[in-house]
Amino acid sequence: MKLGFYPGCSLEGASREYNESVMAIAEKIGIELVSIPDWNCCGATAAHNLNKELSLSLPARNLALAEEAGLTELVVPCAACYSRFTMVQHELMHDEPLHKRVNEIIGKEYKGNLRILNVIQFIDEYVIDKLDENVKFEFNKKVACYYGCLLVRPNKVLKFDRTEDPQTMDIVMKKLGADAIDWAYKTECCGAGFSVSFTEAVARLSGNIVEDAVHRGAEAIIVACPMCHSNLDMRRKEIDKFNGKKSDIPVIYITQAIGVALGIDHKKLGLQRHFVPVNLKDFKPFVKKEIDVEKPQNMEVE
Amino acid sequence: MSNPHHTEDNTLAGKIKKNVGVSLVKCYQCGKCSAGCPVSGDMDYPPSLLIHKLQTGLPNHEEDVLRSKSIWYCLSCEMCIARCPMEVDIPPMMDYLRGESIRLNKANPAAKNIIKFHKAFLNSIKNTGRLYEMGLIVDYKMKSLNMMQDVTLAPTMLAKGKLKIFPEMIKNRKNIRQIFLNTINKQK
Repeated sequence: MKLGFYPGCSLEGASREYNESVMAIAEKIGIELVSIPDWNCCGATAAHNLNKELSLSLPARNLALAEEAGLTELVVPCAACYSRFTMVQHELMHDEPLHKRVNEIIGKEYKGNLRILNVIQFIDEYVIDKLDENVKFEFNKKVACYYGCLLVRPNKVLKFDRTEDPQTMDIVMKKLGADAIDWAYKTECCGAGFSVSFTEAVARLSGNIVEDAVHRGAEAIIVACPMCHSNLDMRRKEIDKFNGKKSDIPVIYITQAIGVALGIDHKKLGLQRHFVPVNLKDFKPFVKKEIDVEKPQNMEVE
Repeated sequence: MSNPHHTEDNTLAGKIKKNVGVSLVKCYQCGKCSAGCPVSGDMDYPPSLLIHKLQTGLPNHEEDVLRSKSIWYCLSCEMCIARCPMEVDIPPMMDYLRGESIRLNKANPAAKNIIKFHKAFLNSIKNTGRLYEMGLIVDYKMKSLNMMQDVTLAPTMLAKGKLKIFPEMIKNRKNIRQIFLNTINKQK
């Protein structure tokens, strides 16, 4: 089975372990992820902070290229790229003159026939049913699932999970045998793209997230966004300074956690690339249990 | 046909309504946006106060808004719109205000590094089609003159295989340059 794929710049650089783990689990369950030919950067925060048309055109070029390549579904693991793509698709499909203008700017025609999936939707639709037969180890740890901003907001456009207390990642982790805790910072912002240009704010916002997860006894923070990961992991020195104490809680991509449970080699999942060492051991053989979770209902959107 | 009783609204709030479709009159100042905003404490005016200033339509208040730190400290985290009972879409309003603030040369000095970072980021895309992290860091340091910032980060990133020495170049860079020329680098 083949699905379209947009890695984005982070997954090719500072967050390559996210890419490695997405690829590793896709391979394990027999899904081929096909990258958009000649894809470009989505423009991220920089583009929409400075110029609206640029922020629409950069993602639109990728979407048009994906359509040209005959792709119908696109997996976008980076939460920021996913947010930009979904927002752009929404805006263009609801504004005919703008849609025409953007097609002129990019010199291509984007029709809008693409389904855009974030990593959790990808897992939910294509991976989760294959877990029971493939899982080797139980992820028997207490984890704090951290969603951040861009996977769940704005709900009106993304229509994904609940905006204040999302559950999709928690359900996946519970299925793998983890104890997914209730905590207060699930959807609070980590400071996102200000890692370099406003580090004090990132230290404080990410510091509060790490502190709450540790305080409630989590052994790992599970994420699905490269910006959340780099702020919580690579900024740990600044976080610890802000909190006035050292913390060693690792930050793990949900795809790495699934990979660990599937028995994939930890190196292949890139777990050695984190700044905060991942020393999770003693995973027990997996025994399937019925878990007591109800799928969250999407908020009604008129 | 234009309605003779309906003159064009030239206030900043009017321009926001016209350009991004966000209606600020709906805001009744409940303050949920400011309560949920993760950086309202860093801002000179929290989001609800920005809106209040714009609601007055007075030039001095509009000037305060365009020269504020607030519009640049906004993280675009979308918490405000998630919690607004009137669905006043603040993030696109912030995008519009940032654009106007730059265009009119009114950006707050406290935001200079944030703007330099955004510009270095876009430069990288314009040249290669993708973000070249090493180039971004060097370009930002040259622009901001913060040479010593994060000097210990890069070597660790390199050792962990997280930093590429050479940029990834896309094939159709002409297309990307065209996009920039048609948008942010448009000759007026």
